[in-house]
Amino acid sequence: MANDAMGNQSNMSGQYLTFDLAGEMYGVEILKVQEIRGWEKVRNIPNAPDYIKGALNLRGEVVPIIDLRVRFAMENREFTPVTVVIILCVESEQGTNVIGVVADAVSDVLDIKLADIKEKPNLGSKIDTRFMRGIYVYKHNMIMLLNVDKLLNPDEFEGLPSLL
Amino acid sequence: MSIDMAQFHQVFFEESFEGLDIMESGLLNLDMGDVDSEVINTIFRAAHSIKGGSGTFGFTAVSDFTHVMETLLDEMRDGRRQITQAAVDVLLGSVDCLREMLSAIQDENDIDEVSVAEHKKALEIELNGASGKDNSPATPVESPETVVIKEMESATESGWKISFCPHADLLKTGNDPVRMFRELSELGDLEVIVDLHGVPALFELDPEECHLSWTLILKGNVKREEIDDIFDWVEGECDLSIQELNLGEALVNMQQTEPSSLVEQTTPSDSLITENQENPELKKNIPTSSKPVQAKEKKSKGAASTSIRVDTGKIDTLINMVGELVITQSMLSLVGEHFSPDKIDHLKNGLVQLERHTRELQESVMNIRMLPISFVFSRFPRLVHDLSTKLDKKIELKLVGEHTEVDKTVVELISDPLVHLVRNSLDHGIEMPADRIAAGKPEVGLITLEAYHRGGNIVIEVKDDGKGLNKDFLRNKAIEKGLLDPDAVLTDKQCYELIFMAGFSTAEKVTDVSGRGVGMDVVRRNIQSLGGNIEITSHLGVGSTISINLPLTLAILDGQSIAVGDETFIVPLGSIIESIKINDNMVNRVAGKGETFRLRDEYLPIVRMHHVFNVKSAKATKLTEGLLVVVDGQGVRCGLFVDDLLGQQQVVIKSLEANYRRVEGVSSATILGDGSVALILDIPGLVRLSNQ
Repeated sequence: MANDAMGNQSNMSGQYLTFDLAGEMYGVEILKVQEIRGWEKVRNIPNAPDYIKGALNLRGEVVPIIDLRVRFAMENREFTPVTVVIILCVESEQGTNVIGVVADAVSDVLDIKLADIKEKPNLGSKIDTRFMRGIYVYKHNMIMLLNVDKLLNPDEFEGLPSLL
Repeated sequence: MSIDMAQFHQVFFEESFEGLDIMESGLLNLDMGDVDSEVINTIFRAAHSIKGGSGTFGFTAVSDFTHVMETLLDEMRDGRRQITQAAVDVLLGSVDCLREMLSAIQDENDIDEVSVAEHKKALEIELNGASGKDNSPATPVESPETVVIKEMESATESGWKISFCPHADLLKTGNDPVRMFRELSELGDLEVIVDLHGVPALFELDPEECHLSWTLILKGNVKREEIDDIFDWVEGECDLSIQELNLGEALVNMQQTEPSSLVEQTTPSDSLITENQENPELKKNIPTSSKPVQAKEKKSKGAASTSIRVDTGKIDTLINMVGELVITQSMLSLVGEHFSPDKIDHLKNGLVQLERHTRELQESVMNIRMLPISFVFSRFPRLVHDLSTKLDKKIELKLVGEHTEVDKTVVELISDPLVHLVRNSLDHGIEMPADRIAAGKPEVGLITLEAYHRGGNIVIEVKDDGKGLNKDFLRNKAIEKGLLDPDAVLTDKQCYELIFMAGFSTAEKVTDVSGRGVGMDVVRRNIQSLGGNIEITSHLGVGSTISINLPLTLAILDGQSIAVGDETFIVPLGSIIESIKINDNMVNRVAGKGETFRLRDEYLPIVRMHHVFNVKSAKATKLTEGLLVVVDGQGVRCGLFVDDLLGQQQVVIKSLEANYRRVEGVSSATILGDGSVALILDIPGLVRLSNQ
């Protein structure tokens, strides 16, 4: 959350990995990123919400993969050779979880000063902004910085078809 | 202290608990009759190392307590004291008390002072009531302020009061009181009280002179010489007096000087004061305020890391194997580097070797987790000893196959159910001595705990030669409690299994040993959660045997892979009864929906996998097109309707919950040979799911 980020003044700037999703730019803290992989077929998890594509074998660990397009209720697109899976380490009450998200393409790593992160907009009750950390403007593009700990909390994987 | 001792605490606790186990089993062997000096020596050594360790880590309460035990043991060892049953019982009680103290310290909880004091008193009475004066548990008035004092007092046996008044030029000779205090604090609990009366006004102050004097109270078993050693260097440069501590007086002293110690903290005029603030070790010990002990943070046990002791032999084998593996790998890469078709034999050989090494490596890695079952069994002699005394029964316990190795997880999870079973055998199985003689049996009852391997499983048996289970009695009890339909026809086996039902109890009255009717159902559930099963055989008047069948390891499973459309699932091989192709006339529909099929006069529900898991790519949709896998999971039987059977394989169990969450109908995941993930089915969960 923006407030947490503001409170932690010792961490004045951070690096963010930005990626493209249906023409929009999103960013996640690079320290949360474990690795970036090409898309490969995953095993379905029965009766899981539709944004959970399935489970992947990551060197012996079973990692759930989440399609952010479905999660954010965007239109579906065929996976292409540039489709990537970003493997993230998510902190939750239960500990650290490794979870992958599917994005159209990764674009850049940006150094972002804390002071430059703008408060997330108030979009009314229609759009849930709980999962946003804030907004950063880069070359006239708006980058939405995600709070992955909130977005990918396994407790949230139930009955919430689309958010944001 | 320059080294962070906390890092060694875990090891200390483990060793201490092991030591306690050794003491316990030694003590139990003692009361069997003949006195073996080697046994006493073993007990003594264990006690001694606990005392040493706790002293090193500053757990004075533990070391003081152990010291008293040690004194008693020492006299026994030298033959100065007869070994009596009473003494052994007191020592056993003290072992329990020590164990509680240690686990309290480990969990950072408060030690139960009352019970410690009680046990200590019992020990001292055993030591011929020697000296109640300096360590009898004095009972100060229970007011919040005295809590601290009480804690300190009961944690202490002896100590020293040191008045240290350095001459003004002490610092010039290169002596640093702070360093000396630090050394003192390593000897025991140190309280430092500073006297600021000698400090001149600021403009008169010579920073190179020492104007302070101290009263030090050092607690613990410290020798006078050790203190003298520390003050050796400043002899002649200070006024020093060292007195043996009288606790009451010391406390009064401390309270009197308390205000000045408060002053000290607020006067930033001397380097020593800043040092005091830097050194929490010293500062903490100054009673600036009477903080209630209760304010101490309580940490849960969950955070403790677990470790396991491994035989070095096992590690050596492992290292050898890794060596072999590296050699094979380099051989293969050599072949790969300059590959030509004529080297195909080379390659094949290498692959065969690789496979063999990998398998061996896997086996020996698994072996590391294996512990002998004696880890569980070793607690039973004590349990049987205590319980048989309590119930006035005469019982001999026989342990067979203690060296059988099982997975660590199994060892941890099986001990509680086993305790329950043994208690039951003791309480319900074995008769009173008089009844046994009347029945023509030996007076002493026999309980046998046996462990052995059978197939890929480990079998643990609890056998008693008691009165056995009475089928009619069980049946009537169950009907009486409304757990069973009076008209039900039961086989012998089903009759015995009544005791596993929740709420079933045959005990006439509830005792603290058994009779509440909870327990056996928990036992069975625990064992089933380990993937095992439990069976009873019994003969009236002759005895009963309860056998527990457990898989050797929880990390690897024999599985049958099945196909449903594009999906592959794994069914635990142990739960498959058979696989059949069915025709339409075997199928019945209940209310047009619930499908059942007949299998040898039994009607079982059909679980359509593609429905339950919503697999759209399923090939077989009509029951006659696919296969029915008849499975039995924890007593729940059903037929799984699948496209095809693929093959049998050993699969390594991977947690799905680690990164995701529980999925109904799935117990865990695994990784197939091609690197893809497959889900392992949970039969009872599947049945629940299909009923929704």
